[in-house]
Amino acid sequence: MLPTATPMRKFLNDPGDAVRDSLVGLAAAHPGVLRYDAANGIVVRADGPVPGKVGVVSGGGSGCEPLHTGFVGPGMLDAAAPGQVFSSPVPDQILAATHAADTGAGVLHIVKNFTGEVMNFEMAAELAADDGVAVEAVVVNDDVAVLDRPGTAGRRGLGGTVLVEKIAGAAAERGQALDAVAAVARRVVARVRSFGVGLSSCTPPVAGRPIFTLPDGEIELGIGISGEPGRQRVPLRSARELAALMVDEVLTDLAPAPGAPVLAMLSGMGGTPSSELHLLYGELDRCLREAGVEPVRRLVGNFITSLEQSGAALTVLELDDELISLWDAPVHTSALRWGM
Amino acid sequence: MTDTIDSPALRAWLHEFARRVAENSDHLTALDSEIGDADHGSNMDRGMAAAAAAIDSDPGAEPGQLLKLVGRTLVSTVGGAAGPLYGTLFLRMAAAAGDAGPLDAAGFAKALHAGLDGVMVRGRAEVGDKTMVDALAPAVDALEGELAAGAALDVALAAATTAAAAGRDATADRVARKGRASYLGERSIGHQDPGSASATLLVEAAAATLGTAADGQA
Repeated sequence: MLPTATPMRKFLNDPGDAVRDSLVGLAAAHPGVLRYDAANGIVVRADGPVPGKVGVVSGGGSGCEPLHTGFVGPGMLDAAAPGQVFSSPVPDQILAATHAADTGAGVLHIVKNFTGEVMNFEMAAELAADDGVAVEAVVVNDDVAVLDRPGTAGRRGLGGTVLVEKIAGAAAERGQALDAVAAVARRVVARVRSFGVGLSSCTPPVAGRPIFTLPDGEIELGIGISGEPGRQRVPLRSARELAALMVDEVLTDLAPAPGAPVLAMLSGMGGTPSSELHLLYGELDRCLREAGVEPVRRLVGNFITSLEQSGAALTVLELDDELISLWDAPVHTSALRWGM
Repeated sequence: MTDTIDSPALRAWLHEFARRVAENSDHLTALDSEIGDADHGSNMDRGMAAAAAAIDSDPGAEPGQLLKLVGRTLVSTVGGAAGPLYGTLFLRMAAAAGDAGPLDAAGFAKALHAGLDGVMVRGRAEVGDKTMVDALAPAVDALEGELAAGAALDVALAAATTAAAAGRDATADRVARKGRASYLGERSIGHQDPGSASATLLVEAAAATLGTAADGQA
C-alpha cells in the first residue's frame, strides 16, 4: 500500500527544480573546484579539461550526494552528469560530460550497475564513439545483498563507486593511459564489496511522500541508494549485532586473504548523525579485525546517500601497495580533500 | 482505407498516449513506489508532454519523422530506464516506418514489432522478466495474429489491448528479473510492474485512436 501522505519539510522552491537549484548552490559554495554548466546539466572541474589527461566521468540519479557531483575536482572526476532524483541522467548529459572531459586521451565512464544508468551510458558511449572519442566503461557492482544470477540485472553499484572514482581519478591524474586507468578501476571493482542497512525511508521532492513506510522497531537489510526497500525486513537490533552482520555479509563474499590490509568506508545514508556513524564504525572496526583483516585506511561520513534516509552502508576494499598509493594521492573535491 | 495510418492518425495516437500517461501519472508512480523508486509516472509524464510539444512544433512531419521525433525527445527528457527503453521503441518504429508516408495496418504492426525487438535488446529483457515487454509482446502477437486472420485494425487493436492488459496483470505473480524491482527478489511478487502498466496505456491509446471504430473520435 502507498504510505499515507505526510507533510514534506524540505528546503525547496519548486520541487521540480530541486536538482538544478542544488547544483547552483554547489557551484556557489566551491567556485575554485567545480563549475555548473546549466545548459548541459553537468558539473565540470573548474580548472579542466586538463590537456593530455584521460578524462574521468561518472553520473547517476541525484539524491545520493555527494556522489557524484561532490567528487568533481583535481584527483577525482573531470565531469559528472546528475539525473533527476533517483533517475539516471540522459545520454545528452553524459555525452556533454564526455566532451567536456576529453582532450584526446580518451574518457573513462564509471557506471553504477543500475538498469537505467547502464543503458543511458551505453547510448552516450555510442554517440561519443561516433564523434571520435575513445571511451572505456567500467561498471561497478559491489552490492552483496543482491544475488548475481545469470539473466538478472545483477548487483547494484554502491559505495565501491566512490573508491573507484578516487582511485581511477588518481591514476588519470598521474598521466596513465586510458587502458591503464580502466584496468585499475576494474581491479577495484573486483576487490570491493558493500552492504547497507536502512532505518527509515526517504522522501523524493517531486513525489512529496516517503517511498515506503517502516513499522516501529523494524529495519531494512540490504538496501540500495534510492530509498527503496531492501532484501529483507527484520526487527531492530543493537549496533554490535548489526556490525557483525554487515561484516559477515561483506567478508563472506569478498573472501580477502588472511591479514589483508583493507580500506573500510562507512557511509551514512544522509539522515544518520555523525555520532551514530562513529558508534557503528567502532563496532565495525573491531569486527573487521576479529575477522582477520586490517583496516589501514578508513572513511566515515556521508559519501553516497539516499536523500535523508537513516541508515548506513559498509564498503570494504582489499588493498595492495598500488591501490594504497592511489588512494593516498592528492585530491581536492567538495566532499573529499587531502594532500592539496 | 480507414485502416490507413497517416500523420494525423499517428499524432492522435501519440497525444492520446500523452493524455493517458498524464491522467495515470500518480497511479504509475504509486506502482513504482512499491517495487521501484517512485518516479515512473512523473518521468513518463515529463517525457510525453515534451514529445507532444515536439510533434506539435513540426506540423509537416511524415509518420517516420514523427516517430523519430518522439523517440529522440523521450531519450533526451525521461532518463532512468524508461527513457532509453521507450526512446528505443519509437526510434525502431521510425526506422521500420521509413520515409514511405502513411502506414497500412500491417506496416504499423511490423513497426511496433520492430520497436518491441529494440526494447528487448536494449533492456536485455525476455517475456516473463516482469517488465514492459510482458505487456507489449502479447499485444504485438495479438495484433499480428488478428491482422493475419483478416481482422480490421480496430478489431486487432482491441485484441491487442486485451492481451496487453492480461500481460500487465500477470506481472503481479512474477519475480522481477530486470530493473530496480529485481533487487527485491521474492518481495517483488504481488506487485504489478509499472512499465507493463504504461506500455498497456500505449496500446489502449492506439485502440482508441487508430482504425475504423476510432474514426468518430480521431
